[in-house]
Amino acid sequence: MPADAIAAAGVMVAEAPLPRGELTAVGERRRRRVRKVASYVLLTAASVVVLFPIYISIVNSLEPATSLAHQPPPFFPLHPVWHTYSSAWGPGNLSIYLRNSVIQTGIIVAGQLVTSVLAGYAFAFLNFPLKRVLFLVFLSTLMIPFEVTFITNLTTITRLHWFNTFQGLTVPFLATGFGTFLLRQAFLQIPRDLQEAATLDGYGHWRFMTRVAVPLARPALAALGVFSFLGAWNQYLWPLVATGQNNHVVTVQIGLKLLAGNLIAANVNEVFAGAVIALAPLAILLIVFQKQLVRSLTAGAVK
Amino acid sequence: MSSVQVAGRHTSARAREALFAYLLLLPALAVFAVFVFYPFAENFKLALYENPPFPGLPSHYVGLHQVSHVLTSTAFSQSLVSTIFFVLMVVPIGLFAGLALAVAAHRRLRGIAVYRLIFSSSIVSSIAVAAVIFGTLMDPVVGLLPWLGINPHPALLENPTWALPAIAVISIWQFLGLSFIIMSAGLQSVPDEILEAAAIDGASAWTRFWRVTVPLLSPTLFFALVVGSIFAFQSFGAIDILIGPQNAAFEHVNVLIYYIYQALQVQSDPGLAAVLSIVLFLITLTLTAAQLRFLERRVTYAR
Repeated sequence: MPADAIAAAGVMVAEAPLPRGELTAVGERRRRRVRKVASYVLLTAASVVVLFPIYISIVNSLEPATSLAHQPPPFFPLHPVWHTYSSAWGPGNLSIYLRNSVIQTGIIVAGQLVTSVLAGYAFAFLNFPLKRVLFLVFLSTLMIPFEVTFITNLTTITRLHWFNTFQGLTVPFLATGFGTFLLRQAFLQIPRDLQEAATLDGYGHWRFMTRVAVPLARPALAALGVFSFLGAWNQYLWPLVATGQNNHVVTVQIGLKLLAGNLIAANVNEVFAGAVIALAPLAILLIVFQKQLVRSLTAGAVK
Repeated sequence: MSSVQVAGRHTSARAREALFAYLLLLPALAVFAVFVFYPFAENFKLALYENPPFPGLPSHYVGLHQVSHVLTSTAFSQSLVSTIFFVLMVVPIGLFAGLALAVAAHRRLRGIAVYRLIFSSSIVSSIAVAAVIFGTLMDPVVGLLPWLGINPHPALLENPTWALPAIAVISIWQFLGLSFIIMSAGLQSVPDEILEAAAIDGASAWTRFWRVTVPLLSPTLFFALVVGSIFAFQSFGAIDILIGPQNAAFEHVNVLIYYIYQALQVQSDPGLAAVLSIVLFLITLTLTAAQLRFLERRVTYAR
């Protein structure tokens, strides 16, 4: 973006009274190059600061435990060891926690996509009594943070015998007001003519929804999917209280707490390896789906 | 075909459409009813019942006595002060750092996409990952602090003065990615022509930023402020992982959400937890309502 161009324009304006000969042009080109180099230096310095915690975790996860207790601490993996990953993965139970997180997140993402498509379609394409009221009911769920409802939800899942189960972990999150809103907006973009044409072709609402509306709303579905994934994967409070730390359902976040709970100098590198393992799936997600993620996160920021 | 028949068929088609709509809404509404609205309402009931000091005995109705008792307690005011102090550390610094990164990355340069990816990267770090990484880096034995010459006594995370700011550092880093993403989206919505016009009128880069960009960015800044505040009010994981109830600094980091968790899980006192969660709800509601009113006003102005 033209921050540079604008800055250059500013320079040009400031220099306007000068005779614009060969010399000024050279000077300007040089100045622009200096500015460019300065931008890179600044951006790289900022990147180093932002990435430092993750970088140092990777370094530490590759160090033998003995070198971590020494000062100064290592900043490069000079003698990388890899057994930290295998012991975090196996004896540290990370593989089980990771599997649990994949199941828990998969159920929540799939469930939220389905319920949001269904409800979003109803609000976008159908007419029915109490439509406005019901839409407000959906939106009002956005005002109630989970931290407020978990007290009674804990009693509810205990009564249902869902404590320590994937049902207990996921069912409370199978619907989302935000997702419904996002898909309703996407469905509203679909031209009405298309629906009329489909009706003439003998499409009922169900067929129109599954064959036409859902494929057309793919960008919104992707945005919601990535958003739900991030939220579900990173959940902390609910998996902590709803699982009683039973290995069969403990998610990777709580697993990390358990791993760090036995933090002693001897296995600190393993803890770092665990953190890197827990981070990796989402890092990949960010690299692949950056655009969708940004779209969902800024859905409320830019009209 | 008589008109009565047509009308009848019309009505039944309408009824069928309404029925179909309700069916589509049903899954989401069922989840909301059981896991959002019921537990939300239940809080107001729980708040009126006091739990006996010994678990197992039935709770009894005390009316508003418990509410006033909790709201006037030192533990509550201390928790509220810690929470506000925490939010005041995390939100302004997180917003400013996000904006600074967004401005730095808002230019056309080769490889800028990589920098943008790096600046958004902390969005993928869960609070558990961030807590484990920073907690270990802040450890007095295996961490980086001794090397930096920072050696508070008691150790940073057990220090009544420094524990909360240390937790805030973790939250700021974790919030940075989101803050950057929101600010970048906002910057992109600032029209180039206005900036160019200001540049031609001779406004310096500094003036352009404060007089043109920031005012045009105000909706984004406000959105980020609300999102950041809600994020900060709900910060919980880092305290749970790094500072438990046994910690000497515990009283000073007992933010509202941790207090709720602790009331429920450690003290087994749902009444206390319910009163606290109503307070948390009212704070969230105020923030969201402020945002909605702001958005509404902006829409009106835009027309």
